[in-house]
Amino acid sequence: MRRAAAIAGALLALMLAVIGGLLVRGIAEPVEAVPAAAVAANGPTAVAANGPTAVAADGPAVVARGRYLALAGNCRACHTERGGLAYAGGRAIETPFGRMYGSNLTPDPTHGLGAWSADDFWRALHHGKSRDGRLLYPAFPYPSFTRMPRADADALFAYLRTLEPAATPNRAHELRFPYNQPGLLALWRGLHFRAGTYRWQADRDAEWNRGAYLVQGPGHCNACHTRRDAMGAPVLEADLAGGLIPVQGWYAPPLNGTPGAGLGDWSTAEIVQLLKTGVSARGSVAGPMAEVVAQSLQHLEARDLQAVATYLKSLPPAPAAPAPVHGEEAARVFAAGAVLYERHCKECHGADGRGMPPAYPPLAGNRSLTQTSPANPIRIVLNGGFAPGTAGNPRPYGMPPYRPLFSDAEVAAVVSYIRNAWGNQAALVGTTEVDRFRSAPLE
Amino acid sequence: MLAGLAAAAAAAAAASAAPPDTIAQRVLACVPCHGNEGRATNEGYYPRIAGKPSGYLYNQLLNFRDGRRRNAAMAYLVAHQTDAYLAEIAAHFAAQRLPYPPSRAGNAGPAELERGRQLAEHGDKARAIPACASCHGGALTGVLPATPGLLGLPRDYLSAQIGAWKAGSRRAAAPDCMAQIARALGPEDIGAVSAWLASRPVPPNPDAVAAAGSDPPLRCGTVPATVPR
Repeated sequence: MRRAAAIAGALLALMLAVIGGLLVRGIAEPVEAVPAAAVAANGPTAVAANGPTAVAADGPAVVARGRYLALAGNCRACHTERGGLAYAGGRAIETPFGRMYGSNLTPDPTHGLGAWSADDFWRALHHGKSRDGRLLYPAFPYPSFTRMPRADADALFAYLRTLEPAATPNRAHELRFPYNQPGLLALWRGLHFRAGTYRWQADRDAEWNRGAYLVQGPGHCNACHTRRDAMGAPVLEADLAGGLIPVQGWYAPPLNGTPGAGLGDWSTAEIVQLLKTGVSARGSVAGPMAEVVAQSLQHLEARDLQAVATYLKSLPPAPAAPAPVHGEEAARVFAAGAVLYERHCKECHGADGRGMPPAYPPLAGNRSLTQTSPANPIRIVLNGGFAPGTAGNPRPYGMPPYRPLFSDAEVAAVVSYIRNAWGNQAALVGTTEVDRFRSAPLE
Repeated sequence: MLAGLAAAAAAAAAASAAPPDTIAQRVLACVPCHGNEGRATNEGYYPRIAGKPSGYLYNQLLNFRDGRRRNAAMAYLVAHQTDAYLAEIAAHFAAQRLPYPPSRAGNAGPAELERGRQLAEHGDKARAIPACASCHGGALTGVLPATPGLLGLPRDYLSAQIGAWKAGSRRAAAPDCMAQIARALGPEDIGAVSAWLASRPVPPNPDAVAAAGSDPPLRCGTVPATVPR
C-alpha cells in the first residue's frame, strides 16, 4: 500500500515536472489564435463567431441546424444506452484504459446540461473542459469537435436544450491506474491537443472544405480510422490510414487513397452510396460502421456526403503493404478453404467471388478482406450479420454466423482462402487469431 | 460512348446476379441456429421460432435490439434494423407451419415431472404462482397475438429463460408478468417445470389459439403486441 502510494507520488511528481517543462516551452494548452474569417464552414448559416455569446431565442432554423450537427457527430451513439432515452447517457465505452460512460446531454438541471450556458458548452466542445473546469477525457472526441466554429457549437447546444429532460444520473468512469490520474490527462492534452476551429483552405473549393470540415470536425472519422499510439493518441502522420479499434476488435480501413486498402479505386458515387445506404457495389458496412451509417450518415444531405467523398478522394495514398510471401502450408490451407467456400459461401458470393451486390458483397477485390489485420473477415465469418437497415436499404440481406458450424481451423482456412482467391493478396490467418475474435465482444 | 456501353453491360451483369427478392432469402442468416424455416429441433439450446405468434417474435426482436433481453449474437444481428423490418421478419417465421419432431423423454424422474405438471397446469396459489396454462393456452400452444407456446422447446432453453427472468437479464415490456412469476419460483421449480414442458408431445394442432376473453391472472405489458400497422 505504502509502496503503491510512493510510486503514485513519484509518478505524479514526474508528470508535474514534465508539464512544467511543457509550459515553459509553451506547448501545453496553447492559446489559440485563429482568425475569425477562417472558421466559416460553408454551412448555409455558418457564421464566424468566436468568443462568448449567449444563446438567446433560438429560432427553429438554429435548432434544426443543431439537430443536424448532432446527427453528423453521431452524439447519441455514445450518449444513449441501448434501448435507453436518447441523449440521456449511460452507454459503456470500453477503452484500453478502462470503461467510460457517455454522459447525460439532456437539459435536466441536476444530471444533464440544464444548468449549462452556451459558454460552458463551448468550453467542453472546443477546449475539452467541463463546466467546473475539470479536464475531459478525449474519449469524448473534442480533439475533433474543436474544429467546429462557435456558431455550430451554439446551434448544437440550442438543439440539446430542446430535448426532454431525463433525470438519469451520470456514471463515473472506471479507469485503471495510472489513467485515472488527472495529471496524466493534463500531460496528454499538452502533447496531443490543440484547440482551434477548422481553417478554410483557400486553394480548395467550397465542396472540398465542407467535406474536410465534416470529416475532421463533427464526423470525427479519425477516432476509429487513424491508428493510435500506446497512450491512445492518433498517429498524426498516419491520419485516416486505418486502425484496429481497441477492445472492440474491428479494423477501420484506410480512408486515404492507398490502392487496394484505401479508397483510391473507389468512385465518389460508390463512397456516397455506401455512406447513405450501408451497401454498395464494392462492399457493405459492418460492425461499428453499421451503427454510424444507421444513426448518422444516412441522415446527412446528399451534398454533404458528396463533399465528404470529394475530400476523402483527395487524400494521398500511403505506400501499399508488401505482397505476402506464403509458406509451404499455404497450398494445403487454400485447398481446405476452397472446399468450405464451395459448400458454404459460393451460393451467395459466387464461384468468381463477385457476389450479388448490393445484397451480397463481392469478395474479389473487397478491401475489407485483405487488410493487414484480418479482424473483419474473421468476425464476419464467425458472427455473420446484416447491413444496417436504412431508408435506402430498408430490408437488408443477412449473412449467417458460422460460429456454430466452423472450428477455428475451418474459419482460418476459409478466411485465408478468400484473402487470396481471385487476385486478392494477404497473409494467411492462423487459428490463434480466430480464437481471439471468437471471444471478442460482439457489441 | 464506350464507357456508357461498359456501364450498361456492368448493370446488366449485376441485374442478372441478384438473389431472390424474398424475405425467406433475406433471413437465411437465422438458419444455422434456428434451423431451416426456423424449425430448430428440441435438442440443444436454440429455440424453434417457426409458428410462434408474430407479436411474440416481434417483441423478442425489439427486446434483443433494445437491451431488454440479453443474447450477444441476437443483439448484434438485429442492432440496426427498423421496427418495420423486424415486424416483417417476425411475421415470416410466425407463418411457417411445419411438423414438430417427437418430444424427448429427458432424464427427469417421475417426482420431478409431477411437480412440473402440477405447476404448469395448476400453479401454486399459496405462492401466487399462476398456472402456465392460464396465459399460454389450455393446450400450452400459445395465445394470439403475443403469448408463445411452450411445447417443442429444449429443456435447457426453457430453464435458461425462466432463470434469466428471475435474474433480471431477460426482461419484457412493463409490467413484466413473467419476471414476477420467475422471481416466485425456486431453482427446483424451474428445473421441474422446464423438464415437464420439454417432455410433452406437441398436439396435432400446434397453433396458438385466439384469446379467450377472460382476464389473465396478471397484467402483462407485452399483450397486446405492439406490432406497427
